[in-house]
Amino acid sequence: MKTMTALVDCNSFYASCERVFRPDLQKKPVVVLSNNDGCLVAMSKEARDLNLPRGVPLFKVEKQLEAAGAAVFSSNYTLYDDLSRRVMNVLEGFTPQLEVYSIDEAFLILQGSREQLIDQCLRIRKRLQEWVGIPVSIGIAPTKTLAKIAGKIAKNRPDGVYMPPDGQWASILEKTDVREIWGVGRQYARKLHGLGIHSAADLMDQEESRIKKDMTLVGLKTLWELKGRPSFTLEESPPPKQGIITSRSFSFPVTEKEDILEAGSDYASGAAEKLRSQGSACRVIHTSIMTNPFREGDRQYARGMTKELSFPVNYPPAIVAIVRRQLEELYRPGYRYKKISVFLSEIEDAGKEQLDLFHQKDSRRESVMKAVEEINSRYGRQTLHCKPLRLDSRWQMKREYLSPCYTTKWADLPRIRLGAPLGRPERPEK
Amino acid sequence: MNSYPIPGSPFTEAPRFLKTPEHCAEGVPSYGDLIKAGFPSPAADYREEVLDFNSYLVKNSAATFTVRVEGDSMEGEGIRSGDLLIVDRSIPPRDNTIVVAVLYGEFTVKRLVRREGRLWLCPGNPSYDPVRIELDMEFQVWGVVTHVIHSFLPGQKG
Repeated sequence: MKTMTALVDCNSFYASCERVFRPDLQKKPVVVLSNNDGCLVAMSKEARDLNLPRGVPLFKVEKQLEAAGAAVFSSNYTLYDDLSRRVMNVLEGFTPQLEVYSIDEAFLILQGSREQLIDQCLRIRKRLQEWVGIPVSIGIAPTKTLAKIAGKIAKNRPDGVYMPPDGQWASILEKTDVREIWGVGRQYARKLHGLGIHSAADLMDQEESRIKKDMTLVGLKTLWELKGRPSFTLEESPPPKQGIITSRSFSFPVTEKEDILEAGSDYASGAAEKLRSQGSACRVIHTSIMTNPFREGDRQYARGMTKELSFPVNYPPAIVAIVRRQLEELYRPGYRYKKISVFLSEIEDAGKEQLDLFHQKDSRRESVMKAVEEINSRYGRQTLHCKPLRLDSRWQMKREYLSPCYTTKWADLPRIRLGAPLGRPERPEK
Repeated sequence: MNSYPIPGSPFTEAPRFLKTPEHCAEGVPSYGDLIKAGFPSPAADYREEVLDFNSYLVKNSAATFTVRVEGDSMEGEGIRSGDLLIVDRSIPPRDNTIVVAVLYGEFTVKRLVRREGRLWLCPGNPSYDPVRIELDMEFQVWGVVTHVIHSFLPGQKG
């Protein structure tokens, strides 16, 4: 009898969601685009087999996708969210000890012998396929960090479930690049590589005191987890992303300053919302603006500006105000702008922000935001917002390939044609 | 459904006749502006929740989907063009159930029938032929139909 952690990871989740109501796409390449239909963000296995670079802009591979008979979709987060909720509901039926880690991943705590655990995970996988129509892979291991690694291997197995036997871990960790370890960022991985630490096994050979000094307690916990000692409990993970970026391309060239400011405010407030939702505050706000480098006749301009604050903020009106000021300075008339991005970094826990002597925490701000958030969660997003948000469609995302919201809108329910016209018997065509 | 604590009240939860705004928004009958002087209704203690069609129609919400049908091939089964079907994917497709099936990548709705060891998809309309499932066919049961919702009001579907 062992207590183990299982990572349930939905295979190509967005693409799989699109397939649930499109059985004709079961074996075809399916790709899903980023916000505003910019780049490829999700691909089915068939699409990955076309060897398209991840994150490539759609226009660069449009012809190739068409030739391969691929189906292209705008991201339909309404649909993905509903199917994700169903997946998590099914998982809750197996164990109450569950952490929903992301829209398509969950950690489960399971008990049993090795055979029982594998058998249970095979049943979980079968049930998700039958009930929700979403294929998953499951990695089983003594810790969350190891379950992540086992899950990657499970993806390439036909049965989709992998629990490495105890004797197997040493060789797996030798083959695992430090960059693939949960919580090790790209930058840190580069640093480790520079120090000659390439594999997870290399990392495990390091002195704990050194790891703790270089990588803080999180690094030390990661090390313990690699050694099989559970150190991240459920709901505890390496810290979230180090920066929040809201960056969108306009679906048409924008020339007017007013329009730039409005769009910028919109993105700033989106980024601030994300920041608050993860309970963080930021110290650095970077805003940039650019024209479309792919329009060869156009005069080009691209510039960014960074504002470092002496104290962390997460008050949306403050962030919006800073971004607007930055855009005022960045804007130059006479260009056709394509893109604005707002990047919040130096993120820290809002609870333990250092208070600057000159910037007392204003509790009135907190109560305003609490009220705003409560109202918005009850009556819908953007019921209350902190700026003249123009709700016309121009700033809305470009979503040309949006699939119906099959599960959440009456008008979008899947439609099933029953029968060919009278007199012609219905026969499948081959 | 959440109840609100009442300021100054010994109850940590509102008594059940004190309906929260969510209740009112859902159209549940409510005493609304309570805490007025006067006699409480003698029936208040007997109030039950309203009939909830969701819980009647949906036994397994994670696995239940709704689809709309168009066409006449299932009229004999009481499924008419424009009706809604409730489909539960967690129910095993047994003999003689009505199923949403996928045949060569296309959805259809038929009665699944087993005869002499063979599976058939049977329409509910004599103008259409049953389809016998052959081993080499691309065939899959997507879910089992549990209910049909049909409106008798003119101009209203489902």
